[in-house]
Amino acid sequence: MTEVQTKPAAAPAAAGPPARRSPVKNAREAATGWLFVLPFVVLLVAFLLLPMAYAFKLSLYRSTLIEGEHFALFENYTQAFKDPLVREGVLRVIVFGLIQTPVMIGLALLAALLIDHATSRFARVFRLAAFVPYAVPVVIGTLMWGFLYSKDTGPLGSVLHIDFLSSSWVLASLGNVVTWQWAGYNMIVLYAALQGLPREVYESARIDGAGPAQIAWRIKTPMISSAIVLATLFTILGTLQFFTEPLILQPLNPGSITQHYTPNVYAFNQAFSFQQYNYSAAISFLLGAVVFVGSYLFLFATRKRSAL
Amino acid sequence: MNPTKERAGIVPHLVMGVMAIYFLLPFWWLLVAATKDNDGLFLSAPLWFSDFHLVDNLRTVFSQENGIYLVWLRNSALYAVVSGVGATAVSALAGYAFAKLRFPGRTKLFALLLGLIMVPATALVLPTYLLMSKAGLVDSIWAVILPSLLNPFGVYLLRVYTHESVPDEMLEAARIDGAGELRVFTSVALPAMRPALVTVLLFSMVASWNNFFLPLVMLSDDHLFPLTVGLRTWYMSATLGNGGEALFNVIVTGALVAIVPLIAAFLLLQRYWRGGLTIGAVK
Repeated sequence: MTEVQTKPAAAPAAAGPPARRSPVKNAREAATGWLFVLPFVVLLVAFLLLPMAYAFKLSLYRSTLIEGEHFALFENYTQAFKDPLVREGVLRVIVFGLIQTPVMIGLALLAALLIDHATSRFARVFRLAAFVPYAVPVVIGTLMWGFLYSKDTGPLGSVLHIDFLSSSWVLASLGNVVTWQWAGYNMIVLYAALQGLPREVYESARIDGAGPAQIAWRIKTPMISSAIVLATLFTILGTLQFFTEPLILQPLNPGSITQHYTPNVYAFNQAFSFQQYNYSAAISFLLGAVVFVGSYLFLFATRKRSAL
Repeated sequence: MNPTKERAGIVPHLVMGVMAIYFLLPFWWLLVAATKDNDGLFLSAPLWFSDFHLVDNLRTVFSQENGIYLVWLRNSALYAVVSGVGATAVSALAGYAFAKLRFPGRTKLFALLLGLIMVPATALVLPTYLLMSKAGLVDSIWAVILPSLLNPFGVYLLRVYTHESVPDEMLEAARIDGAGELRVFTSVALPAMRPALVTVLLFSMVASWNNFFLPLVMLSDDHLFPLTVGLRTWYMSATLGNGGEALFNVIVTGALVAIVPLIAAFLLLQRYWRGGLTIGAVK
């Protein structure tokens, strides 16, 4: 679309602006620009940069009964690195992410390929059915699954005779809640990417004798790899911040979902149950840094595919 | 059906059917469970109706603790509308400026914004709480609304969309006709940005309606709670059994009432959802 349109528009534009743009006009445009971004910049400073800086500052101090608040440099960080509870939580979200992310993205991709292939009314109904869980608040989705898992109220616990919240099952049960909630959302993202592909490509593959499954796997999937990469990235970002699901299910089995189940749950409990704001800030800051660096590394490693 | 069009076979439909059951089963359970009283919830078959108590349950939901559920419902709606509209307005101004106005520092600011999209929101909740408590803003509606007005991804989406869909010539023509910058923005750019604006509005409203961590941390007065935080307090006191009666049927019915408006809105506006995700996905 740009090929055709830019050429004729570019010619007069190249001759036009330098002559038309007076310094007064430029200054006015600059002032307007800043005025327009000002509300956003104020919010950015107040609710992103300032909290980040404050968390970092807090994380460098320690507060004890004897000495009061004092500068401690990286003491909180060394404590966090040595803290087996932090290590346990970090390891848990990594294991969780390594299993849940591929399962969910795989499911989303399969569903997207199916609704792209099937044009029946049922496919349209299915598209909606899969996306609806996204509209449910995470708190309520988790509550629903909590009831479903229960031995007393749920069909799953009573039929399958599995204690879904026992320590051996709980991570898988949490993974199921996340998968249920977000698979449909990712399906729509991938489906949107599939819709953007030129249909003629499939036609020539079909003439060459490729079946629908081969077209889906060998042609469609590679062509939407950038969307798959982005969906994976956002899933990983979410996984590392895992918080609401374990917090809601915690009262059902405090033995298997601990106060330090994920780094975020741990930071939350350190701050609000134990008033350890400095240590909590260090964990938060560390987690934020890991997510930030991790997502950049991921984007960098996959930059050829994601075209970002 | 149309014989020239290739039809998907039975296997794809079978797979979709199984997946659809998985996605819809919890909703079916919720619908059935909301018609049962507390005993029925524990004693009857989980996936089928027994005695019909939906009306009683609804009455209890809305009368519990002097009708606090209705207060939570209203709070959720208020936070969602104010945060949604506010975030969209702020993002529209900034997105338009990044796309169409030349001002010093524009590229650097936008690069900063791209980096900050990656900053995990949950890691900022605790420090934001501490800062706000210093400013004396904690436990007010502003503690929930103000941080929700910041939507870097919305700015990014609107910049991308505006850059491609609002022609410079149109803006220039309006300027030549003597329109001021604000006028150019409101009457020329905004109408052309509408599809993307609706998307950003919908997504920020849902994000705010579903938000849990921020209000959980910021609010302690239960009359300011949104539904998500309110339902959790009921759930906590029911499961931990501290004092009050364990009214699980009230929680289940409350959950049903909380998701019905959202699902209705979602089904009505599904056109926009899909369009919105496409803006994000294509890039």
